[in-house]
Amino acid sequence: MRIGDAKQTYEADEAIWTSPTQKFWFALFLLALLVFPLMANAYLLYLGCLVGIAVISTTGLNILTGFTGLISLGQAGFMGVGGYTVAWFSLNTGLPFPVTLLLAGLLAAAVGILVGLPSLRVKGLYLAIATLAASVFLHFIFAEWESVTGGMGGLSLEPAHLFGVTFQSDFRMYFIIVPLAVLMVFAARNVFRTRIGRAFIAIRDRDISAEILGIDLLRYKLMSFALSSFYAGVAGGLFAYFYRVVTPESFPLSMSIFYLAAVIVGGMGNLLGGILGAAFMTLIPEILKLLTAALTPFYPNAPVFMSPMLEIIFGALIVGFLIFEPHGLAEIWHRIRRFFSLWPFRN
Amino acid sequence: MVFMAGLDYFVCGSGHWPDVYDNNNNHNLLVCEAKTERSWLCFLVPGVRGGILSILEISNLSLSFGGVKALQDVSFRVPENTITTVIGPNGAGKTSLFNCISGFYKPQQGTIRYQGEVLAGVKPPARAAMGLARTFQNIALFRGMTVLDNIKLGAHVHMKSGLLSSLAYFGAARREEMAVRREVERHIIDFLEIDHIRRQPVASLSYGLQKRVELARALAMRPKVLMLDEPVAGMNREEKEDMARFILDIREEWDVTVLMVEHDMGMVMDISDHIAVLNFGQVITEGLPADVQNNPEVIKAYLGNSDMDSLRKKLNPQREVA
Ligand SMILES: Nc1ncnc2c1ncn2[C@@H]1O[C@H](COP(=O)(O)OP(=O)(O)OP(=O)(O)O)[C@@H](O)[C@H]1O
Ligand SMILES: [Mg+2]
Repeated sequence: MRIGDAKQTYEADEAIWTSPTQKFWFALFLLALLVFPLMANAYLLYLGCLVGIAVISTTGLNILTGFTGLISLGQAGFMGVGGYTVAWFSLNTGLPFPVTLLLAGLLAAAVGILVGLPSLRVKGLYLAIATLAASVFLHFIFAEWESVTGGMGGLSLEPAHLFGVTFQSDFRMYFIIVPLAVLMVFAARNVFRTRIGRAFIAIRDRDISAEILGIDLLRYKLMSFALSSFYAGVAGGLFAYFYRVVTPESFPLSMSIFYLAAVIVGGMGNLLGGILGAAFMTLIPEILKLLTAALTPFYPNAPVFMSPMLEIIFGALIVGFLIFEPHGLAEIWHRIRRFFSLWPFRN
Repeated sequence: MVFMAGLDYFVCGSGHWPDVYDNNNNHNLLVCEAKTERSWLCFLVPGVRGGILSILEISNLSLSFGGVKALQDVSFRVPENTITTVIGPNGAGKTSLFNCISGFYKPQQGTIRYQGEVLAGVKPPARAAMGLARTFQNIALFRGMTVLDNIKLGAHVHMKSGLLSSLAYFGAARREEMAVRREVERHIIDFLEIDHIRRQPVASLSYGLQKRVELARALAMRPKVLMLDEPVAGMNREEKEDMARFILDIREEWDVTVLMVEHDMGMVMDISDHIAVLNFGQVITEGLPADVQNNPEVIKAYLGNSDMDSLRKKLNPQREVA
């Protein structure tokens, strides 16, 4: 059982980790992330990278939808902007990856601000549709602006590089993706320790009162869009380096729904939830594939039945979590943790 | 002097505070002198009543929603450093008046002057930054935040840190957050006696405590005019007494003008310096509590034309507020 302790300073009281136990578990977690690629086979490594990219993008969408209350179906479009930015700059300039990724984030953020403009007037479903329209429009640009995007064929790019080191394998990409994911989740955590994060939550909870209390709604809604799409842009850029090809079909509309599902399943307005949701949603299709493979010897028709299962499961998960566990996986996680932190005195 | 004691608190926060208070220093002296005989200066001498002592001046304000005339030609003044209360029956337009002052409703006619400046065209957040803080009739706390974060949100307009330093939580952003935390802890949480709940989510609090947290949040806005919409509605007797004491203390120690809407006549008559009565969107009278209390028009507004005795009793309650 853990014992609460009184803090000596406000700094200590507002630290992210407030107890040695928390620090210990987090250090262990970081160690596990470090050791994982050394132990994992190619397939697990591939999954690890995918989860890392998904965590970044889900965290971004969580800032916008979970914390600021603005539903967006534009995440795939913003990731596309990031992906194409990285592809174009690495093909045409040979800039190293930290620069191209930064540019990917910034360009996506700029597009995000434009797409967010209607958010002052429309909310909820209408905003979802407005962002969906923006996403369709971006998809159209990816497909049609051939001189820049390569049209339907897309762009192939060289591996990421920095100081003469190239990151052509999943193993090496892992060491870009995962540290960046950790860093960006922490940055998001920091935002919610400051006035900007409070403004986002205030807008989500009661926008009219928030405005009367001094929060400029347009400014902070756009800031949330910018931040969220910056995350999406970086995730899209990593996606481009990871697959080394981007086409319009790399960023389909279903991807936006995937990220919205990850936020809902994980727990809206909870950063840990975003991480859990991203991992969970990335792994479900893989589990389904394994299941199909296991069934095929007995039912040769299994792939026919199983292939549409993915959409059905995604849909069922969204509806199921919204109804039965609106606080998502994060809440389930907290329940488990409470159980252990109070054990053996109560259960 | 009270105001001077208040000064060091603002100095210890972020650097841009003291100048506001310095500008007002000679002014403060004037208010102090005026205070003992405030009623004279503010209400009885026509020349002075409209002079520098009015922090808020509402002239010929009209607001309607379709056919509903929520406010009609409303004019009154809020003398600086008083507790001014707006009373009136349900639907009289009191909350609408607050919403006009906050900038949330746009009156079709009339002007609101704050410290001599016309507010038309000033957006609600800018008004908050100018020192117009408020609480809401239907508690408007942010459910997704703890008590402490709700209060800190009130300081938003006085903070500066941008997105980049927030992402890094380093340097300026961190220092600013800590300064606000210190300020909130020392001068608001202690003062309002809510130390024990600072970590709790607001949804878990009793109604009375939620109202107190709302007051705390408004104080974090460092108000010059503190607008309270029914601060003791729904409270029990003890909570009401606490709230009345807090309001009086705030006026004394924070150099704040209180503009309040309240139905509890005991509290209104006890702590108000100045009362304006609103009925069907119109000001029917304003003045000292004693004058308003016995004004037949007020009694009529409150009681229909019926039973004058019970009405009089309602307007002249036994003193139940300390
Ligand atoms: N947003 C709005 N849209 C339409 N009508 C409104 C709106 N706000 C207020 N009103 C109307 O304006 C009138 C005054 O309402 P207001 O809320 O200001 O009354 P009040 O004096 O605060 O009453 P109470 O004591 O019940 O709080 C009422 O008739 C109300 O229905
Ligand atoms: Mg009202």
